[in-house]
Amino acid sequence: MATSTLRADRGRARIERARRRSELTPRDRVVRAALGVTGAVPALALVFITYQTLRQAYPSIVFNGAHFFTGRQFSIGNSYGGGTITRHGYHATPGAVFGIGPLIFGTVVSSLIALAVAVPISVGAAILLAERLPSRLQGPLGVFLELLAGIPSVVFGLWGVATFGPLLARDVERHLSDLHIPWLTGSIQHNGQGLLTSALVLALMIIPIIASTTRELVRSVPALTKEGAVALGLTGTESVRLVTLPFIRTGIVAASLLGLARALGETIAVLLISTNASTGYPHSVFAGFSTMAAFIAGELDGAFGDSTGMAVHALAEVGLVILVITLLTNLAGRAITRRLAGPGLPVGRGI
Amino acid sequence: MGRALRNRAFFAACGVGLLLVVAPAVALVASVFAKAAPAIGTALFTSPTNGQGGGLENAILGTLLLLVGVLVVAGTIGVGAGVYLAEYAPPRVAGPLRTLSEVLAGVPSIVIGYVGYVTFLQELHWGYSLLGGVLALSVLVLPYIVKTTELAVRQVPTTLREASAALGLTRTTTVGRIVLPTAWPGVISGLIVAMAISQGETAPLLFTAGYLDQRNPSLALLHHDVPYLTYVAFTDTTLPAARAQQLASAAGAMTLVLLLALIFAGRVLARRSRRATARMAL
Repeated sequence: MATSTLRADRGRARIERARRRSELTPRDRVVRAALGVTGAVPALALVFITYQTLRQAYPSIVFNGAHFFTGRQFSIGNSYGGGTITRHGYHATPGAVFGIGPLIFGTVVSSLIALAVAVPISVGAAILLAERLPSRLQGPLGVFLELLAGIPSVVFGLWGVATFGPLLARDVERHLSDLHIPWLTGSIQHNGQGLLTSALVLALMIIPIIASTTRELVRSVPALTKEGAVALGLTGTESVRLVTLPFIRTGIVAASLLGLARALGETIAVLLISTNASTGYPHSVFAGFSTMAAFIAGELDGAFGDSTGMAVHALAEVGLVILVITLLTNLAGRAITRRLAGPGLPVGRGI
Repeated sequence: MGRALRNRAFFAACGVGLLLVVAPAVALVASVFAKAAPAIGTALFTSPTNGQGGGLENAILGTLLLLVGVLVVAGTIGVGAGVYLAEYAPPRVAGPLRTLSEVLAGVPSIVIGYVGYVTFLQELHWGYSLLGGVLALSVLVLPYIVKTTELAVRQVPTTLREASAALGLTRTTTVGRIVLPTAWPGVISGLIVAMAISQGETAPLLFTAGYLDQRNPSLALLHHDVPYLTYVAFTDTTLPAARAQQLASAAGAMTLVLLLALIFAGRVLARRSRRATARMAL
């Protein structure tokens, strides 16, 4: 029974395809081909970016091996002395070491702190926006999400260095440091630059992605189930906990993964706020650090001066690592989204 | 009583969440404009950057030039790709293309900048150039244009397409005369988002567009550096001179002005298209 239906379906699909082909005029076919070419561009661009990064990173992969991930220091060496060091047929400047352990640590930890801060704020704000506030206020307050989503990364960085960082250092970090809690103590950087400030600014940058998605998800909860909750005499909180949240939980996880991917790949803001230090693991949340993306932007100019080219290749490998990490996070978020029946999620930067 | 109290506490917590969204946004905009205030004047718009001082004329012109370029390149390709995915592509082709386009949206901007440097400067020998900057930005915003265009085209009622086919119009005419004009507001709002992202990006431009001090950008596509606002905001922030920091804030403020203008344009457009659909439903 099932096979015969399947065969009938397939036959119908074939007839349908033949009909569609016959209906297209030559002009239609030309237009379709031209649009097909544009349709392939995003896919081709992605393949090209991956290929170029891989190709540029290859010498560094061979030269550095596993030490690349475990090493604690990244230095392009000193080219004034002359001579080169050779390993596995590839050359580098004497004194050059390429280890990105602290960069991986900085990237992951700053993004996870940002996520931990952003998720509760976003979900709370979104629930209030979609369920509680009168629709007269929803629009105007929603503009703030749009604004936050659109503020350039460099402006977040500017604000973090000039206003937010110093404020945090003076009014929060100094007092916190006096309590001598592990990880929350130690010397405070000039202008409050460091892990904590960067993570908080990152949180601010990913809030709009998570909040605007959650808001749409809350709106997609069927009115009937909510009315049922009211009819049973549940309070607003109970209705949120027992009806709304279970309905949208998977969506929130997916949106959080998209936000995480954004935080992991963030460049300019972190470059300005982190101090871009790469000489070992940070010992407290007030210490300077760097992330992979910020490090590439900060060091690429200097790396061009390496006549062996290995420094540039090593930065390409950093790019490859961050590319793989963000793409996996992104794909995980999208894989979850696909299983959802609800509205589509916004793409990446999520404005 | 305990339930009512918990209810109130929960929504108070949500209120704090909303406050933590609104307050930093307001504080950030206010602080950037306050720090930029000493630098704001007519000279900002009439003289180019000069070392750590000067105005922002060249950076503003360069940013607008890049935006026009992105609109032409990413706009054409993105809208074409979106229409293809919604109207022409068989599901077996559309699925993978859509996924790869969405994955492209997740590529960190600095990786795009790096690949742009390697490709345009090292391999094609374009030098820092307008075309390089435009292409790097275009790759960055392409997925957003593709996605919004596809969604907008899909939302056009099937009855319109059927009516068009019943009148004997070809596929191309149906898409060009019936579907696209109906989907236009959605398509344009996607382009507005792409403009908003492009004007604020720094990382893809640092190693593709370079920077041009003291002079206004030329229209040459290759071998000429392009000045842009985010470069000034980025570089001058790290300089110690007070004047440089004011200029950095002024450049940041200019990007915020552009952003607010784009958000406003998007809102007006959305309202107008909502009214149009309401009329169509009647």
